[in-house]
Amino acid sequence: MSSVVRKQSQVGVETRPGRRSALFKEMAAHKICYLFLAPYAILFIVFTVVPVVMAILLSFTYFNMLQPPQWIGLHNYIRLFLEDDIFLIAVKNTLVYATITGPVSYLLSFVTAWLINELKPKARAFLTLLFYAPSISGNAYMIWRIIFSGDTYGIINGFLMYWGFIDAPVQWLLNPDYIMPLVILVVLWMSMGTGFLVFIAGLQGIDPRLYEAGAIDGVRNRWQELWYLTLPQMRGYLMFGAIITITSSFTVAGEISNLVGFPSTDYAAHTIVQHLQDYGSIRFDMGYASAIAVILFFMMVVTQRVVQKLLNKVGE
Amino acid sequence: MASRLSIRKRRLARSTGGDLVIMMFLLIGGAFMVIPMIMIISNAFKPLNELFLFPPRLIVRNPTTKNFHDLMVMMAQSWVPFGRYLLNSLIIVFFGTLGNVFFGSLAAYVISIRKVPGTRFFMGIVILSLMFSSEVTRIPNYVTIAWLGWIDSLRAIIIPRWSSSMGLYLMKNFMDHMIDRSLVEAAEMDGANDFRIYWQIVMPNVKPAWLTMIILLFQELWRTQGGHYIYSEQLKTLPYALSQITQGGVARQGVQAAVTLVMMVIPIIVFLVNQSKIVDTMGTSGMAN
Repeated sequence: MSSVVRKQSQVGVETRPGRRSALFKEMAAHKICYLFLAPYAILFIVFTVVPVVMAILLSFTYFNMLQPPQWIGLHNYIRLFLEDDIFLIAVKNTLVYATITGPVSYLLSFVTAWLINELKPKARAFLTLLFYAPSISGNAYMIWRIIFSGDTYGIINGFLMYWGFIDAPVQWLLNPDYIMPLVILVVLWMSMGTGFLVFIAGLQGIDPRLYEAGAIDGVRNRWQELWYLTLPQMRGYLMFGAIITITSSFTVAGEISNLVGFPSTDYAAHTIVQHLQDYGSIRFDMGYASAIAVILFFMMVVTQRVVQKLLNKVGE
Repeated sequence: MASRLSIRKRRLARSTGGDLVIMMFLLIGGAFMVIPMIMIISNAFKPLNELFLFPPRLIVRNPTTKNFHDLMVMMAQSWVPFGRYLLNSLIIVFFGTLGNVFFGSLAAYVISIRKVPGTRFFMGIVILSLMFSSEVTRIPNYVTIAWLGWIDSLRAIIIPRWSSSMGLYLMKNFMDHMIDRSLVEAAEMDGANDFRIYWQIVMPNVKPAWLTMIILLFQELWRTQGGHYIYSEQLKTLPYALSQITQGGVARQGVQAAVTLVMMVIPIIVFLVNQSKIVDTMGTSGMAN
């Protein structure tokens, strides 16, 4: 359906000679559409595009927010990769988070949404709430601080000591060996968020007649149904979910600071965004912080491109 | 709904083994999700001595509403009446959500349905912007907002929200999937203008999209503390006021548990109301097609 309309709109662009004038004609014919787009576009440019461009420019400067920025070329980037050991730790940690929590939470969100979708409406509503509640509830994840608290009142310590597995409380959130896995656990706990909700709504919107037709065409089991019928129908939602997952798994920061402190012991859980906050909000080195943001941006864009390639293969 | 389910059941023989594995998966996953939530609810009703008990208990033994009572007392002693904080939060949530859904869907209509020249490029930029850390755009934004004279006013929080990248992307996606092209063409034949098509054809058909958007926006805006933009005490939000109350060490642990529960329950209620409507619309639109 959509390809027909796209073809129509490309006609004006592809005919060489009167290309410009045809384009203008088409734009003039849709004046009202640009009017619809205007409020969003103006706000978006003012509050998103301009600040991003400014941040990219600032990444080539030294800017301490008191004196005017000084142009220093690529110095911030050179400093990041050659002189800042902690940044390299942060890159490593962020990649570990992203490669574990990203795919796991993405697959869990989709699989759970898909399984819940098969249930009766009441059960479906109940389970949706159950899985979605942890991410809806703001600071609810702070309960994990009590669960893994380092004193004897911590739930895990309390039970392990009561049953005699350990003699003294373990500093779960301070020991570099445990910090990373625990943060990953908590992040996964609250990862059934936006993507999950959109998957549920998307699955609900698939026309049931499609499955009836599929059954006649010889779809034999639920896996074939998923691969040949459901997933191709979900393509846009899958990409949406992927982008949301990429942005959230590459930018874990606040949860880590609140759970294991800032900075965490030996920087065991230090991430790129935490590093950025350190320079942006504590040391007021905005040029350096902006350079960190630019690098993070490129990491996410590359990941997104790869994921897009993979998702295009779905259902083939 | 019922007939649709029975069709599905007849359609394919689901293997019992597969059903069993799926049930196990949902049970274990559900338990992992729900146990900490039960603890939060339970903690809010624990007397102080039960919060510090060895061995710890997941479920409260002698439930009490003392924590909520203490919270009320502290709220009553507040210099700014607590209703004011609540009102500020509600203003932010209401206008922030309204503007974002309206302007976002209007733009999504143009991008998804009309596809006028330039919109593909624009959408590409919106998606890229999702991946740029908001941490470093804070300073330029502060300068802009100061220049507009919005510092220390709720506008500083509400109006920038109206152009959230995520909201537009979400609406565009749902419109791509859910709008039947022939419906739009039929309306055009009848001479309906763009606003009519947007308002009477597209929006009712993507009801699940904006209901989902309301859930997500409410959840996010409800948590807003005011950040760097709000100085006046009478313009601060409820989460800010509650976070001030709970900063009192061990003695305030009970109150803190109560606050966590209060902050959690309200978005969950909004979620439940909206989610039930989503399921309703899905059922009917499935039939109507």
